[in-house]
Amino acid sequence: MQTESLRANSFLFFEDVYKSYGAKVVLDDIDLAVARGEIITVVGPSGCGKSTLLRLVLGQELPSRGQVTLEGKSVGLPDVTRGIVYQKYSLYPHLTVLDNVLMGPRLSMPLLKRWRVRGELREEAFTYLRKVGLAEHYRKYPHELSGGMRQRVAIAQSLIMKPKILLMDEPFGALDPGTRENMQLFLLELWEEFKMTIFFVTHDLEEAVFLGTRILILSQYYTDDRGDGSHANRGAKIVFDTALPKEAQSTSVKSVAAFGALIQQIRREGFDPDYLQHARDFNLNHPYSFQTLRREENGI
Amino acid sequence: MKNKAKFWGIHAAPSKWLSWFLFALPFVLLILGYLLASEYRHRQNPSDKLLPSFSKMATTMQHVAFEKNKRTGEYQLLSDTLASLKRIGTGLGMAALLGVICGLNLGLFPGIRHLFLPLLTFVSIIPPLAILPMLFIVFGVDELAKVVLIFIGTFPVITRDIYLTVKKIPREQIVKTLTLGASQISLVYRVVLPQIFPRLIETVRINMGPAWLFLIASEAIAAQSGLGYRIFLVRRYLAMDMIIPYVLWIVCIGITVDWILKSLLRYKFSWYMKQQG
Repeated sequence: MQTESLRANSFLFFEDVYKSYGAKVVLDDIDLAVARGEIITVVGPSGCGKSTLLRLVLGQELPSRGQVTLEGKSVGLPDVTRGIVYQKYSLYPHLTVLDNVLMGPRLSMPLLKRWRVRGELREEAFTYLRKVGLAEHYRKYPHELSGGMRQRVAIAQSLIMKPKILLMDEPFGALDPGTRENMQLFLLELWEEFKMTIFFVTHDLEEAVFLGTRILILSQYYTDDRGDGSHANRGAKIVFDTALPKEAQSTSVKSVAAFGALIQQIRREGFDPDYLQHARDFNLNHPYSFQTLRREENGI
Repeated sequence: MKNKAKFWGIHAAPSKWLSWFLFALPFVLLILGYLLASEYRHRQNPSDKLLPSFSKMATTMQHVAFEKNKRTGEYQLLSDTLASLKRIGTGLGMAALLGVICGLNLGLFPGIRHLFLPLLTFVSIIPPLAILPMLFIVFGVDELAKVVLIFIGTFPVITRDIYLTVKKIPREQIVKTLTLGASQISLVYRVVLPQIFPRLIETVRINMGPAWLFLIASEAIAAQSGLGYRIFLVRRYLAMDMIIPYVLWIVCIGITVDWILKSLLRYKFSWYMKQQG
């Protein structure tokens, strides 16, 4: 598709976005168009700026140059349009599970209305708690829950606000492998039901390929016509962007050969410091992907 | 292998009886030592005032605690205690209330932080007792100066403590709260305040010590009643038989208040106690 029509049609849209801290460029000319209802997974070597990319969508940080838009409107500071689940610190330690889930509806309502609809709010919270399988634990405090249960509460806490996009920053990173796999299946089930757009940052390639409907690699390992050496001051770019098939809902897909081959390919193209592709040769075959290279990057 | 160590070494696991015994031992030794020394001095000089016997202290306290003072018509111990508690309660209470509000705003709003934090650091370094004469000059020798001294002595510490606690709240949680639709005001008072409340109780507990110090110092200089006033008054007559029970009484009050605050933490803020481990 052409950039023009992408700009008009996509749900989340990055154009020429840069983020630098002082002189250090972290994100270098990011172009990204995302359709509604996708699960975008973002992987990349550590320190490449995956979380920074997520925080730009969230509004926790603002781009140094360029614009991020959600449904055509420039994203501002954090608000109810975007939900977030972090690896930790998502829950309020002083509130029970139920109150944690109710926090959003309560905060976004004036006092009188909150009092009038308190019964319905409670019911709604229980609906979400049942969905995440924690209804019988509603009176517990976060410190009484296991890591997986905490993340389920955090997901319910975000979903009850019906955000346009759910951002997840390594949400299952601290869980043991078994719990982690259960949480992945659980997230896919929720996605099947709500069809919300999910922006999922992880360092686990297997998780990214298993969960995503589309995978992005953000990497600082590439080359372009700005030359070598430190004066180039390159930041990370999206070096790989492809759609992923999403029919099987079983973890057994992880042992299929094609699954492993894709992971190998990703590992080579994104994570190998010695494998430097030229910016114009990136493997960007998703129908929504586009790239606007500047002249100094693309010699000709 | 059985753990044999009861007392020595890092693996020691005292039994229940032993731990009670260890708890009581230093107190018993202290009391015994006092009794022996007192007995010895009274043999030398039957009218010794320095180490009064327990019966002498009991009679004195009987007079001040349970008999109306002939001149004032009050129970002296009671009126002294109430006067002191009122001062310390007002001073420390105001410090806690304003401290939590200031600490919250300093911790969450960078503008306010830049405006007031250096001033707060400056004020917190002033030794409160050094400005006590100034307080007496400005606020008179009545209640106000004493309350203000306790306030000035504890407010900066409480504020800084709350400020640091607020700063420790993860950035993630604050951003999360904004994505749940919170306004900045409700973020401060509905999300952050309830979380730092147990820390406020704890910092008040810690500041009880300094508060007593400032209370007694100000009562010693100018007052008509109060525990500190009494102790310094009877010092002129070497009345150790009143000073020692008064000090013990202050200790009792301190322990009780501490216990109340600790119980409050344990029963109302179990999540906090769990977090602290």
